Amino acid sequence: MEYFIELFLSGLTRGSIYALIALGYTMVYGIIQLINFAHGEIYMIGAFVAYIVCGVLTIYGFHGVSILIIAGLLAIVYSCAYGYTLEKVAYRPLRGAPRLSPLISAIGMSIFLQNYVLLAQTPDFLPFPALIPDFAFMEPIAHIIGSAELVILVTTMVTMVMLTLLIKYTKIGKAMRATQQDMSMARLVGVNVDRVISTTFIIGSALAAIGGVLVASYIGQVNFYIGFLAGVKAFTAAVLGGIGSIPGAVIGGLVLGLTESFAAGYVSSDYEDVFAFGLLVLILIMRPAGILGKATKQKV
Amino acid sequence: MKNLKQSLAVALWFIFLTFPLMVVKVNTSDQVVQWRWMNILWVGVTFFVLSFIWRYALVRKEARQMAALSGQDEHEKPTKFQELLEDQSLRYRLMLGLLAFALVFPWVFDTYQSTIMVSALIYVVLGLGLNITVGLAGLLDLGYVAFFAVGAYAYALLNHHFGLGFWTCLPLGAALGGIFGVILGFPILRLRGDYLAIVTLGFGMIVKVVLENWSEFSFGPSGIANIDRPSLFGLDMDIAASTTYIYYIMIALVILTIIVTGRLKNSRIGRAWIALREDEIACVAMGIDMAKTKMSAYALGACWAGMVGVVFAAKTTFINPASFTFMESAIILSIVVLGGMGSILGVILGAMILILMPEYLRAFSEYRMIIFGAAMVVMMIFRPQGIISNIRQKYEFKGLKEKSENV
Amino acid sequence: MSDTQKQVLLEVKGLTMDFGGLRAVDSIDLTVSAGEIAALIGPNGAGKTTFFNCVTGIYTPTGGDVLLHPQGKPTRRVNGKKPNVITTLGMARTFQNIRLFSDMTVLENVMIGRHCRTNTGLVGAILRGAAARREEQETVEFGYHLLEQVGLAEFANEYSKNLPYGAMRRLEIARAMATEPFLLLLDEPAAGMNPQETDELDALICRIRDEGKIAILLIEHDMKLVMNISDNIHVMEYGKKIATGTPQEIKDNPKVIEAYLGEEADA
Repeated sequence: MEYFIELFLSGLTRGSIYALIALGYTMVYGIIQLINFAHGEIYMIGAFVAYIVCGVLTIYGFHGVSILIIAGLLAIVYSCAYGYTLEKVAYRPLRGAPRLSPLISAIGMSIFLQNYVLLAQTPDFLPFPALIPDFAFMEPIAHIIGSAELVILVTTMVTMVMLTLLIKYTKIGKAMRATQQDMSMARLVGVNVDRVISTTFIIGSALAAIGGVLVASYIGQVNFYIGFLAGVKAFTAAVLGGIGSIPGAVIGGLVLGLTESFAAGYVSSDYEDVFAFGLLVLILIMRPAGILGKATKQKV
Repeated sequence: MKNLKQSLAVALWFIFLTFPLMVVKVNTSDQVVQWRWMNILWVGVTFFVLSFIWRYALVRKEARQMAALSGQDEHEKPTKFQELLEDQSLRYRLMLGLLAFALVFPWVFDTYQSTIMVSALIYVVLGLGLNITVGLAGLLDLGYVAFFAVGAYAYALLNHHFGLGFWTCLPLGAALGGIFGVILGFPILRLRGDYLAIVTLGFGMIVKVVLENWSEFSFGPSGIANIDRPSLFGLDMDIAASTTYIYYIMIALVILTIIVTGRLKNSRIGRAWIALREDEIACVAMGIDMAKTKMSAYALGACWAGMVGVVFAAKTTFINPASFTFMESAIILSIVVLGGMGSILGVILGAMILILMPEYLRAFSEYRMIIFGAAMVVMMIFRPQGIISNIRQKYEFKGLKEKSENV
Repeated sequence: MSDTQKQVLLEVKGLTMDFGGLRAVDSIDLTVSAGEIAALIGPNGAGKTTFFNCVTGIYTPTGGDVLLHPQGKPTRRVNGKKPNVITTLGMARTFQNIRLFSDMTVLENVMIGRHCRTNTGLVGAILRGAAARREEQETVEFGYHLLEQVGLAEFANEYSKNLPYGAMRRLEIARAMATEPFLLLLDEPAAGMNPQETDELDALICRIRDEGKIAILLIEHDMKLVMNISDNIHVMEYGKKIATGTPQEIKDNPKVIEAYLGEEADA
């Protein structure tokens, strides 16, 4: 039973990270119907910036929590900047082009950013310092859930609540929802669609950066390639939950995380990716629009 | 002046953007920070210049679009190059010339060159195969390399366990590729374009994971060695002769692929594929069975990958899962995209450029992937039709016209 | 013109289509007989195009029956059948917002329509045997003659995206006719046409009916065209059918006038 709970919690942790990244995919997809293939790379860049900042600060003698905060903030700032630039360079000129074009542009961007980090930094795995301290009060249950896992769970939950509030109650949130429903109509009633799209990319990138820093510190290493797999998994989560739907991304992330965790725990960790994609295919066959997605009728 | 300011802003923005990654390099084990200040200069100058070019190109693109919209330039003016391509007799002479060059190639150049050429030709066939799925039928397949792996492993395993020869396995590899295409196609071809992309990507990864971990079947990450080279009437061949032999096999396969895809492109089936790509709803409303059409495009594309996978295994005599990563799929896809989706000549050129360039420009090979990535983006924005855009067949109606005029 | 002896080709009974809570088409009955030109009119948003989509299999209707009675063949209930099956049975359509295959030539667009009447397979296409070549030649000729009929022969080798607007509409009709239907559904064929083009269209539709022996059901807002060529007119409003009759009957029907002009029309 304890093993089950342990797997459950680790699945939850993993799933909440997937959910965090999946939100970026789903928000962008909801508005411009594009799989932002380079989103995983934004996550990777966030983790890398955090790694560099940590390294510099440690060498110049900073300590503990201050490093975590500065590194986290800079990671978010840089991820947002990259996300914003990405949209402006690679996607905006393609608005209105056939659907395949922006998708291929996105794949190109993903390859570009991966190799940019590879060339600018290194192809090796780099050790990422454990930024999250071990809390004393966690001691009694530390064998089931670690402090880092707790921090990840709490952070993602807080972030998601904030995102929900942002989308529900702020002006930009309303504009985003309007654009999602009907872009040309939103433009007609005075919504600055370009700005909404940029904002969506920025918010999604910020979420990815948070995920990146948390994961890097949890797993303890970074590499130019981590974004690819995380991105694919997160996108799978978004599709599972029903792409375009924000609660769907969260549910999809959790379902995927739990599936992987249980598959790894009870079957074999070698095949967890197979289970993840097997689940995706299965759900898409039964519910082509995902768990929470609505089957939309194409207008003819 | 305004442009200057704008470019300056762009340069500054990119300096900011690239600062942590380009300038700072931390070595945590030695506790040293390496500051590479010179990179700021490079980034600044590069993006300053690039932003001018970018703006100029965007303006030109917009002007072209406006002209097309207002109907001033109703018939897209074909470029000189394109006009030349449409000239039948010139095309034949060009093709004959190329063929002659291809045939004497191994006698003029050394074995090393032939080996490189063989891999380029393998990618030509892969590109043409994927061209059926992506270029003609518009089904974005991001796991194409999986079928390549199926073919390669089919030959390697059949050869290892049962001693089956190359020529037996070549059609078997193609058939297995096709069968895998059908098996995978069944559940996923109902999916919309973007979902299809992610599921095929997942499929590609599953195949690699299985090959890596199911050691009893695939010998795991260490792969399979000592695969037989193709035989020719039981002759013993040294490596040089064998390479030349494989080279000619590949030339034959490329010609076969060109003929087959060329014929399909302008046939009842090929038109259905293109119609499907252009507009799914109109396509089914015109009486075309979507499932069947998608399946045929998908399976046929997979066939070529399976077949050429056999050649790949025979050429390298050693395969392991590392040869079948997503990056391979991405390279094949960029061959199709950069060459020109749907265009046979474009795909061939694309494969040659993308595979040969890094081989001959060693300095370039380090930057190969980053250039691929950038090229895919730039191509989509400024020339989405690729190096050579697809030209549809023109029909002659001399007899028909007279017939109806006489009536 | 209510010729009861004419064979019924399309019989729609109680057709209903719900989108979530919205009933877009509400138990519509409608028949189209051989040799008839029928029109479906109504204000914007009345559910006409949805009706077409249900009948042609693009949507699966929530309720009711769509029956096809091909001449000399057994009756088929086609609810929920795939669009390509319905087209193959002999009912073809055009689209309100032109859906041509823009990167194909004009002739190729029409040749696509021949797909369901030809049968060269993969192997045939690769080997290009005598039968395949003959079929291909026939397809080209058939397509070319259709293009002549709609006046587009000179554009045969142009890309369809380069055609002027009116020509695109005619090409859509030619493409649908290439499937050899016995019933042709036209969704706003005159939209965006100038008066001269509309007159030509008028003649073209009548020619299709008379020479091609194809019955026609069309959605149209151009009342002059509708009144000129229709044998029967069906009027829809808010998903319901509010009137059926000859052009004269419809013109005099107070319900129809109200639907179109609002209540002031009575005053």
